[in-house]
Amino acid sequence: MKQIFSVLLSCILSWQVLASTQDLDAFQRTDTDSDLSQLVNQLPKTKLKKMPSLVEKIAHINNEKTHDVLQFLLNGELFYTKANKTVVHAVKADNSLYVLTDVLTSEMLVPVEKSKLRKVKTNNRLRGSIRSYIAKIDLTDEDKNIRIKAVKQLLDNPSDSGLSAVQELISKEKDKDVRELMNITLLLNQLKKGKHAEKIAAITQLEDTLEPSVKNAMVSMLEALPTESKTDEQKALAANLSKVINNIESKRGVFEVIENIFFGLSLGSVLLLAAIGLTITFGVMGVINMAHGEMMMLGAYTTYVIQLAFPNLIEYSLLMAVPAAFLVSGLVGVIIERGVIRYLKGRPLETLLATFGISLILQQLVRTVFSPLNRQVQAPEWMTGSWVINPVFSLTFNRLYIIIFSLMVFFTLLLILKKSSLGLHVRAVSQNRDMARALSIKSDWVDAITFGLGSGIAGVAGVVLSQLTNVGPNLGQAYIIDSFLVVVFGGVGNLWGTLVAAMSLGSINKFLEPAVGSVLANIIVLVGLVLFIQKRPKGLFPQKGRAAD
Amino acid sequence: MTNSTEISNSDTPMQSFSLQNLFKTLSHLHVVVGTLFIATLYVTVCNLFFSEGSLLHVSDYTVSLFGKYLCYALLALAVDLVWGYCGILSLGHGAFFTLGGYAMGMYLMRQIGDRGVYGNPDLPDFMVFLSWTELPWFWAGSSSIVWMIAMVFIGPGLLAYVFGSMAFRSRVSGVYLSIMTQAMTYALMLAFFRNEMGFGGNNGLTDFKEIAGFSLQDPNTKLALFVITAIALAIGYWVSNYIVNSKMGRVITATRDAESRIRFVGFRPEHYKVWIFVVSAMLAGVAGALYVPQVGIINPGEFSPLNSIEMVIWVAIGGRCTLYGAIIGAIVVSYAKTRFTAIMPEAWLFALGGLFVLVTLLLPKGIAGLLPNLFDKLSIFQDEKVKKNT
Repeated sequence: MKQIFSVLLSCILSWQVLASTQDLDAFQRTDTDSDLSQLVNQLPKTKLKKMPSLVEKIAHINNEKTHDVLQFLLNGELFYTKANKTVVHAVKADNSLYVLTDVLTSEMLVPVEKSKLRKVKTNNRLRGSIRSYIAKIDLTDEDKNIRIKAVKQLLDNPSDSGLSAVQELISKEKDKDVRELMNITLLLNQLKKGKHAEKIAAITQLEDTLEPSVKNAMVSMLEALPTESKTDEQKALAANLSKVINNIESKRGVFEVIENIFFGLSLGSVLLLAAIGLTITFGVMGVINMAHGEMMMLGAYTTYVIQLAFPNLIEYSLLMAVPAAFLVSGLVGVIIERGVIRYLKGRPLETLLATFGISLILQQLVRTVFSPLNRQVQAPEWMTGSWVINPVFSLTFNRLYIIIFSLMVFFTLLLILKKSSLGLHVRAVSQNRDMARALSIKSDWVDAITFGLGSGIAGVAGVVLSQLTNVGPNLGQAYIIDSFLVVVFGGVGNLWGTLVAAMSLGSINKFLEPAVGSVLANIIVLVGLVLFIQKRPKGLFPQKGRAAD
Repeated sequence: MTNSTEISNSDTPMQSFSLQNLFKTLSHLHVVVGTLFIATLYVTVCNLFFSEGSLLHVSDYTVSLFGKYLCYALLALAVDLVWGYCGILSLGHGAFFTLGGYAMGMYLMRQIGDRGVYGNPDLPDFMVFLSWTELPWFWAGSSSIVWMIAMVFIGPGLLAYVFGSMAFRSRVSGVYLSIMTQAMTYALMLAFFRNEMGFGGNNGLTDFKEIAGFSLQDPNTKLALFVITAIALAIGYWVSNYIVNSKMGRVITATRDAESRIRFVGFRPEHYKVWIFVVSAMLAGVAGALYVPQVGIINPGEFSPLNSIEMVIWVAIGGRCTLYGAIIGAIVVSYAKTRFTAIMPEAWLFALGGLFVLVTLLLPKGIAGLLPNLFDKLSIFQDEKVKKNT
């Protein structure tokens, strides 16, 4: 009985496809000669009976406005004024007036009341054909992204007319991605409505597809099958379906893990940038700089100021902001070191308090100068968007660049510390200050430079943060505790330790987040760190040396 | 060494402040408790017996304000006990203060009874709002005042014991310890912000009606709370003074100065550290518990690391290693904050930040460090030089 039914169904289906294929042959949007405005202006006068042919004519005009006109008509937003029969796009505004736009000239007109307007009439049948016209227009668009969007829409809400258009166009489609997507759409349709053998074939072909709608369709199909007393065909279908669904599930699982790692690394690289300056100042001078977060804040505000100063160069603003923020924060750092910290040698706890005072002053300064409200820093074009690898996995460009950038900063710093004479002096002072001084290294100068370097890197971190969060006076405070923890976790004064600590803390956080929520993840990480410090009070990679506290 | 510390502790600059013969036998303890008694008496009398127009009248608002300052003073005492005498710079004392406050807040919540917005006799409003049907286990007993008082001590004490014994046994010290304590209070803040914790989430506990049957809106209750706070501060001072002058106090001070030597001599410094940390946490908890009914609210914002650092600055400004210095610092800084935030709100953070920097740079001994010099110059101070026990 069922078989007969399915045969019947497929007959109807193929007839439909055939019918609309014929329709499509005629559908060539080459008609550039006829005037769109002339046809559109006929809309108010045309009776509902003659509308289909008029709409068809409109749909065949190759004009960028055609799509809009059809879309408005479909949404019931196409009106004409009673006074002079101008066809307008009307949307109800808050004050019960209708905001009008001339569909042909895109000109804004004076808002009017509803009584002055009349709707261009449509009915369900007409709307159906309008939908298919729109699908066809989109599917043949020159822009690849619009084509992909159109196919995706069909994939989620398939319609017979759209499917037949896809079937026709797939052979003409030159782009590989679009063709593949079209193929998936057709296969999904085959899976839903085809014969048993076709269904099985479709299932095997869809094995590697990660599109969410494919999986959803399969799951609902599997659920629709009767649980008891299956026929052989149904059994085979169920077995195939569950096999493929499991396959897709496990693939998605793999990509989910990869995505979490990516998010973790991007959070980790922000933490790395924030903590790396802290670890060298702490390692060399033994002082905790509580104003470190405010150095980041200064960097972020430098980005903001640069964008204000050069509004035409937004694309390059970040490239300019990096050195500028380094200089601004570095200079402030040197001033703090020369003005306050050098008088507090050997009193780390007092240094902590004094730098905390400085952080309060800097915060209030920013509040007074820039207002306490958050400031928006624009993202340049090249930072936006994402790199779509497959339907369930895409990398956003800004996170990708941030990971690359922070690693660049890290290795530059490593190079400076390991290969330059400045780095040699810094390392000498951090290992044994008195001995270094005896070897005629100016430890005061090294202190100032180290502090400036650490603060400057914090400023660079601020530029990065300005792309991720709002720029406000409290920006630094949000990250300071986390970066302290990174330093403590990784071991003070150890760059590699900081890298490992930052990346692992970031990843742990992002893996916990989906399971327990972001706040609880934060708490778990904090508690875990407190416990970790009990076991290894000097961090993952303690500094080697003879100094016993 | 023991001898000199003994002299410096009992023989004080304030001793010879006036009528030298009479006050010669007085110690810090007498002066502080005496001053506190006189101040409390003054406020009480002026609040009760002078009418509103009178020059000597002290308004109900001022009484509450002073009560708040005294809570801060008790808190500062607690911070000074661990930082000044034991060298543990705790940036997480706000956690103990707030926990004590929450213990009191839970009791006050239960006292509201069916007068809440939802009129539920058993459940506080926020639980009804979250559509919980029964009290979570940790609210059990919260309606009893005895249980509340016990929790004010047990809550902060237990946290301090667990945290302290873990941290001190593995010899976490110095800056690491400070960061860990900060992380502790930060984690607690995040946790208490969650509604699921069962402590009112973001809004905390508020809308209190009465304490032990007395309305909190009644000026007399406020005055009584103020007097109780003053008494608590006096007792706290006596306890702290007793501890730092006891033999145990000497070991603690010695641990601050040379922990390794103390260990080699045969003491177990971590035991002493845990012990003083727990006592200090309990003092902070009491301060929090007295603070809540006077301000009428407790919320997770009190956990914020900034608050804890502010407590440290009270002690730094007042003068660490002198118990009375902590009290002076807390009152002076809080008073300045009240005035500043009223007159020019923007300037307060500048002033506070400036204080941090200037005090650490120029006044390592704080206000209390100034006093002996002052007396020296006025030559009121007669025979022997003051020896600081640092």
